[in-house]
Amino acid sequence: MTVLLEARDLVMEFPVRHALTRRVVGRVAAVNGVSLRIRSGETLGLVGESGCGKSTTGRLLTRLLTPTSGSVHFAGRDLATLSERALRPVRRELQIIFQDPFSSLNPRKTVRQILSAPYRYQRVAEREPVERQLARVGLLPEHADRYPHEFSGGQAQRIGIARALALRPRLVVCDEPVSALDVSVQAQILNLLKDLQEELALSYLFVAHDLGAVRQLCDRIAVMYLGTVVETADRDTLFAGPAHPYTKALLAAVPIPDPARERARPRVPLTGDLPSPLDPPTGCPFNTRCPKAADRCRVERPVLRAHATGHDVACHYPEETTR
Amino acid sequence: MSLLEVSELSVVFGNGVRAVDRLSFDLDRGSTLCVVGESGSGKSVTSLAILGLLPGAEVSGRITFDGVNLVAARPAELRALRGERIAIVFQDALSALNPYYQVGFQIAEAYRAHRRVPMAQARRVAVRMLERVGIPDPERRAREYPHQFSGGMRQRVMIAMALCLEPELLIADEPTTALDVTVQAQILGLLDELRRETGTSVLFVTHDMGVVAGLADEVLVMRGGRAVERGPVDRVFAEPAEPYTRALLACVPRIDRPVPDRLATVPPMEATR
Repeated sequence: MTVLLEARDLVMEFPVRHALTRRVVGRVAAVNGVSLRIRSGETLGLVGESGCGKSTTGRLLTRLLTPTSGSVHFAGRDLATLSERALRPVRRELQIIFQDPFSSLNPRKTVRQILSAPYRYQRVAEREPVERQLARVGLLPEHADRYPHEFSGGQAQRIGIARALALRPRLVVCDEPVSALDVSVQAQILNLLKDLQEELALSYLFVAHDLGAVRQLCDRIAVMYLGTVVETADRDTLFAGPAHPYTKALLAAVPIPDPARERARPRVPLTGDLPSPLDPPTGCPFNTRCPKAADRCRVERPVLRAHATGHDVACHYPEETTR
Repeated sequence: MSLLEVSELSVVFGNGVRAVDRLSFDLDRGSTLCVVGESGSGKSVTSLAILGLLPGAEVSGRITFDGVNLVAARPAELRALRGERIAIVFQDALSALNPYYQVGFQIAEAYRAHRRVPMAQARRVAVRMLERVGIPDPERRAREYPHQFSGGMRQRVMIAMALCLEPELLIADEPTTALDVTVQAQILGLLDELRRETGTSVLFVTHDMGVVAGLADEVLVMRGGRAVERGPVDRVFAEPAEPYTRALLACVPRIDRPVPDRLATVPPMEATR
């Protein structure tokens, strides 16, 4: 499969300002050296807990944020350095779906206006009528002249999806698209995303913290912790034999709807909290919570390197993968 | 006799919305009941109704706690029960805590609402409780403010506050929903451990069937304000009697089963009623 997007050594630093004087007193690296590849037609999952930088990475790939350093190669250009003007045509091929379906839809516009806005902004002819766009995401023609508040969360998310697809992008970044929805609605939206991928030959970057949803949709998965990717592997490898201790703990913490299994589960897979990104640990970012941390981990930061074919891990002492 | 008996409970809000509709269930001493449902199912409203925290809503039916009908209780009777015998932990610990006061003071204040002891003594109780819920360096942390705590640590503070008077019933309303999974696992482990030590009965409200599986003795599935199904946790998971319970179990992507091509979906409400 051809590589559709490749990000190299992405770094995003935000200024830290004093509460009163607003003077810049430091910098926090929300994303600290992320490299990843999305192949044509695949879904790459980006998982991690809050504050790990997964959403920021999604925004860097779509250039909603400009990285401090690093590159994003997409469609033959480096998005990280393109001017706003030069970016505009690229955005036709690169769209995003947001977590909160309501705050990402303008409450004063009808669905018709929302769904035709991409054509207006891009100054291109409407590819297809609004009714057809609505039908694709499972909504009805009469929904076209309603306002966002008249919809349920699941329906509003469908509108957000229809808008992202209006220009027929090649890559869609889905930033936690189901985490604000009820479980039964989540299943519908996950099914819809899968159907649309087949119908329109889409590639997705699926950013999420829910490992069940990620496993359902993704071909490959990258696990993030404190601004860096700690492990990447194809889905089945990652779930069957996680090599990074953090991935292992993350999988072990997911509650499983099976009472007998849950009772037998060893509780508390990880102790402590996520360290502050303002004051990250030296060496491996995970060393403060890692059950295997050794002296080397507190000094030397591990780089992401091949553990097995197609399986990369950033750990000095990765788990033996049993498969 | 059950510690809590709810019979024919209905809650109607001022705008005519019937949030809870003739709901009945009971909770035995020392056992854990998980109330599970999607948004709008009435699960949170039920927990607020037990504590009499629904001003302006019309609450009917009976909520019998240790022989006392809470629906008919006077405000002073309810105040005597709240915190002392029935405590609650909310989903959003940050908005449940007062940003202006040290967390140790807030726990001490809750303690002193029911025990006539000097502040210094109540503060010692607060520090001991913080230690018990696994907060490192509790002496120092008691003097800090809510914003200085992480989400998981704030929820530990809420649990410390809820348990400082050794209530007979702990209501936990989605206490881990806002937390990351690794922190959720810590909090669930803590709740389970404290429940074993104290014998407190727990009413745990959640939407997550995985969490239910780990905690519950009994399960109550709610939808549209009504009870859909009730039973022991093993039976409900192994042989769900109602189509909605089956659908709710089937629609969640699980990491312990082969990946299905499509996820099962839940039929609309009319079809299952």
